[in-house]
Amino acid sequence: MAVDWFPLWLSLKVALIATALSLVIGLWLAYLLAHRRFRGMEILDAATALPLVLPPTVLGYYLLVLFGRQAGLGRLYEWVTGSPLVFTWQAAVVAAMFHAVPLLVIFARAAFESVDRNYERAARNLGASNWRVFWKVTLPLTRRSILAAAILAFARSLGDFGITIMIAGNIPGRTQTVAVAIYDAVESGNGALARTLVVIVSVVAVVILSLANRLVARHAS
Amino acid sequence: MLELRVRKRFAGRPDSAPFSLELEFRAGASVTVLFGPSGAGKTLTLDSIAGFAVPDEGRILLDDEILFDAASGVNLPARARHCGYVFQNYALFPHMTLRQNLAFAAERRPRLERHRKVSEMLERFHLADAAGRRPHELSGGQKQRCSIARAVIGSPRLLLLDEPARGLDAPLRRELYDLLRQVRAEFSIPTILVTHDLEECFELGDEMLILREGRLVQSGPPRAIAERPANVEVARLLGIFNLLPADVVELNPQRNLSRLRVGGFDLAGPYFPGRFKGDRVWLCVRPDQLSAMARNGAPGANQVPAQLLRVVEMPDSARLEFAGEVRVQMPRAEYEKQKANKEWLVEFPQQSLRVL
Repeated sequence: MAVDWFPLWLSLKVALIATALSLVIGLWLAYLLAHRRFRGMEILDAATALPLVLPPTVLGYYLLVLFGRQAGLGRLYEWVTGSPLVFTWQAAVVAAMFHAVPLLVIFARAAFESVDRNYERAARNLGASNWRVFWKVTLPLTRRSILAAAILAFARSLGDFGITIMIAGNIPGRTQTVAVAIYDAVESGNGALARTLVVIVSVVAVVILSLANRLVARHAS
Repeated sequence: MLELRVRKRFAGRPDSAPFSLELEFRAGASVTVLFGPSGAGKTLTLDSIAGFAVPDEGRILLDDEILFDAASGVNLPARARHCGYVFQNYALFPHMTLRQNLAFAAERRPRLERHRKVSEMLERFHLADAAGRRPHELSGGQKQRCSIARAVIGSPRLLLLDEPARGLDAPLRRELYDLLRQVRAEFSIPTILVTHDLEECFELGDEMLILREGRLVQSGPPRAIAERPANVEVARLLGIFNLLPADVVELNPQRNLSRLRVGGFDLAGPYFPGRFKGDRVWLCVRPDQLSAMARNGAPGANQVPAQLLRVVEMPDSARLEFAGEVRVQMPRAEYEKQKANKEWLVEFPQQSLRVL
């Protein structure tokens, strides 16, 4: 049986890009929540956790409404990039980010808050800007936890189904990620393909999780 | 010269009583000590100067530059205040080597000068051998030296020390005092030191500010304060005095004489200006100003029979604790001679008596 490897590669690509983008957004949000006191903080806090509790199809529906070709954000995206977002593999990246960002925010915030404030105070006292304090002190002191969180976010990004099928669709060879491909294989009665993909995804997940665990364990010791 | 006038209030919470800091002082001495019990507002004061805490009202001036002024909304960020801060637990960056810790602090200097300055400080603070080690691989003394070197490498205008000797054993404490004296001599940076250790005030302080519950209760050179505490509160905080409730029964300005009734005995003292006959006062006298001797026959002038409860023998002196909370400190040799006494008299020398 010839296995079509495309969905697997697409999923890896999507997860990698989504994790990278989520790191930027997630660390920024986490830093904000950990260090600043501002109005609307509770709302932001709740909003970042919302994707963890909402059904993926609900999120997908929202995104479809926001990024549809007639909607404001969708038009903006099309105007900037020259092509619509929905039903492209980039939409799958957006979908994955909705899983990755909340995870990163939760773990990175906890990590930032666990840093002894005197290290950051000492750095500021020695003339460092906030930016420099973050890069030279906060981030190095939390890098293991954040790396572990990023790995988890990557694993989570690999597996999205609900949001992806709503906004990226199921176009074989273009937007069909591995999770969608498995669903598709089962639906069309291709049990062998489904089994192969399931085994591969499971192995990848176990490897990633053990990697993350080892990082966290080394950090704790 | 630091000039500070601040107010800061904290509302009471379920786990803490309300607290307010209301403080005004100038510090120009080479070492000014902020002394007081825990919760007096010492560290909060230091944090306000460094820019880690924002007072509600007031202003803070350093060499005529405004660091903070509530009225005009000026609040210089901590990084622009040029105050070296030595943290209680040193706060050396654990992911950097000792050399990197110093280099981080030297970042403000021109690039070429930076390297030379770091090497110079490593030499000066005897850290050259340990330059490549991380903080967890350093000895307590090395950490101490590194944290102080890091604080002074950027030539701060003011050095802030938050209980640097807390939790140190005696040898390390000695080392720290020597180091701080050396820093004072070589760098001449005005220093503010927070402590609740009286010994440290005498070791290092030129000026001393006594804080209690967010208020300044007395200031002056440490020796002067120890000689003349302003009130019974200060005397209690210093913890080095016998404080005995007394009644003024006679005052004679012509002969510079007074008589005090203390626990049923009459003591002659000097004239106390500003007191009246019948005043209820505290007799305040240091244990080393009193003497104790064997009781043979009737007590002489200013001698009071006392019951010895306990003796604390120290290497160079002995502290005799009598009933009625009277403590007498005498040289070791003197105590060896008196050791066998069954009954005791305590003598209150007339001219050493003070009332609060």
